[in-house]
Amino acid sequence: MGGLTWNYILKRFSMFLLTFWLGSSLIFIIPRLAPGDPVSAMVVRIVMREGYMENAQEIIESWKERFGLNDPMAVQYVKYLGNVVQFDFGFSLARFPTDAWDIVLPALPWSIGLLSVASVISFIIGNTIGALMGWDKTPRWLKSILPFSLTFTAIPYFMFGLLLIFILAFKLHWLPASGGYGRGVDPGWNWEFIKSIIRHGTLPLLSIIITSSGGWALGMRGLMITANSEDHFLLAQAKGLSPRRVFLRYGVRNAIMPSLTAFALGLGGLVSGSTLVEFIFAYPGTGYTLFQAIQTQDYTVIEAVCNLMILITSGSVFFIDLLYPLLDPRITFKSNK
Amino acid sequence: MSTINTENLILDAPTDAKKVLEVENLRVQYDTPRGAVRAADDVSFYLKEKEILGLVGESGCGKTTTAMAILQMVQSPGRIVGGQIRINGRNIVGIPESELRKYRWTELSLIPQGAMNSLNPVIKIKEQMADAIRAHENIKKKDLKPRILKLFNDVGLPERVYNMYPHELSGGMKQRVCIAMSIVLNPSVIIADEPTSALDVVVQRVVAQTILEVKERLGVSMIMIGHDMGLQAQMVDRVAVMYAGRLVEIGPVMKMFKNPTHPYTQLLIEAIPSIKEKKPLKVTEGLTHDLRNTPEGCIYQFRCEHVEDSCCNEPPRMYQVGIDHFVSCRHAAERARSMELLGGYHG
Repeated sequence: MGGLTWNYILKRFSMFLLTFWLGSSLIFIIPRLAPGDPVSAMVVRIVMREGYMENAQEIIESWKERFGLNDPMAVQYVKYLGNVVQFDFGFSLARFPTDAWDIVLPALPWSIGLLSVASVISFIIGNTIGALMGWDKTPRWLKSILPFSLTFTAIPYFMFGLLLIFILAFKLHWLPASGGYGRGVDPGWNWEFIKSIIRHGTLPLLSIIITSSGGWALGMRGLMITANSEDHFLLAQAKGLSPRRVFLRYGVRNAIMPSLTAFALGLGGLVSGSTLVEFIFAYPGTGYTLFQAIQTQDYTVIEAVCNLMILITSGSVFFIDLLYPLLDPRITFKSNK
Repeated sequence: MSTINTENLILDAPTDAKKVLEVENLRVQYDTPRGAVRAADDVSFYLKEKEILGLVGESGCGKTTTAMAILQMVQSPGRIVGGQIRINGRNIVGIPESELRKYRWTELSLIPQGAMNSLNPVIKIKEQMADAIRAHENIKKKDLKPRILKLFNDVGLPERVYNMYPHELSGGMKQRVCIAMSIVLNPSVIIADEPTSALDVVVQRVVAQTILEVKERLGVSMIMIGHDMGLQAQMVDRVAVMYAGRLVEIGPVMKMFKNPTHPYTQLLIEAIPSIKEKKPLKVTEGLTHDLRNTPEGCIYQFRCEHVEDSCCNEPPRMYQVGIDHFVSCRHAAERARSMELLGGYHG
């Protein structure tokens, strides 16, 4: 297989570190550009809820001191970077005694589970449809049907989700409308619980798959048409290879590369969840958590979710960079044997 | 001049030599919104055993279209609208894809035009060689490598190429891989589409020699497309000249160069620069007509110096003017015949 060299790995790894650092710094800077600060915002929230708060100004000052918000920016930044390195963002500001991670981590498996299944399935379905649409040997009947499968791409997935809830949950009562698992089901490794997860996951899954595979299909179609007119594709046909082999090894194999990169980039989204879908289905994932954190201006939770997202995105790009030379041998050159 | 005549006799394989490939009234057209472009119109010729036929003409004259039609690989919106292509006597136009695949590479192989892009960049050379064999034969895994290495040896490639990717090879090496690939199943006919055009002159010469060696060893017949008349003169046995989708002249290469018959062939030969004398480039007035709108009568009437009224009314057919020598011009044929009556071509 291709050539993974230490030099290459090192280069990519430093790119990974650089990306991560830049992303984290932005997460640090952006909330601080907004007027106000999290502590005042929280106190204001309490005042609005309770109607009155004693010594509000003093509390704000002492908490600011405690969270280090009075320090110069540079000091705060260094402290923040320290937090990022240890991956510890402290307490949730909205639900104070709880650690930010204790809010984010339990939500993680839900989002990763839902979205990894959804993205893998829509990647496969979408690219298959696209490759068949772009191939000149595809049977005509199939070619005329395929574009209809893309109609749903035009519908935003949260709208489609609402439609699915309306038809499959409210009208037909086939599937539950919201939540991650049924009430009264005992979480754990038992069949009831797993069944409940699958039943609850089906609608969000469907709404993501049906609406997002079209994007893959359109991209793949274009790439496949280009691959179709490559000289080596024509030569493969002239060699009398079976159409299946020409399609897979000389068409899809070459056309899939850019889609694969896009797929890796999308992996970061697994962690952040799909905010809108999770909101509609009240799905207990990170997207829903992020939504709640933004509503309550819970900056540490936002930071935790965002940093996790940056880590996973740049991490998966790093991973795909390592994988790429194995798939496309032109990326690196073997050092002299 | 009589020496050349005897040479001609040697170059001319006897007419009753086996015809491995016969193209008869081949018509290919590209359907466009503004009418059909006739890219190959009524093209007929034959290829004899162990012969190299050069196919020449200016860009867009239908050389590559004709070659692709023989391979049954005309790309959409083009299609074959008529004629027959017979390999060893059997017609392959219009047969189903699954039947066609049996002919591909076993009977008809291709050395492609752009060697640079003709190999799949993400698959190793050995795999690309192997899948041609596997598509047509049941070969044991252990027999595969020696067979491919022997082919590499035949075309002068080092053994290490076996495990390499296309981007690790030079242009010349890639073209040799393509040559090796084209002979892997011992085909009857190889079509070489400008096999040397993307290479520099030194490599061109080496690659051309490799092709000739391979051809000699295997006794295969070839069609060599090109517009390098000098290279053609050195390599081919017969030349076919195409103009605007039609074959205008086909004949033994020496005769064609010494004594071109068709006015267009004359023009092509005169356009070859000479290192011995300085001569102005001859350019004819007039442009090639729009291929959607073929004129009545002779195809070359707008550019021909000797055009007469009769040329514009009735299209010429192919007139035989010698052994394996045909021309599609009434006047040229008459001239050639009268010259022959007067005592040969070189009078």
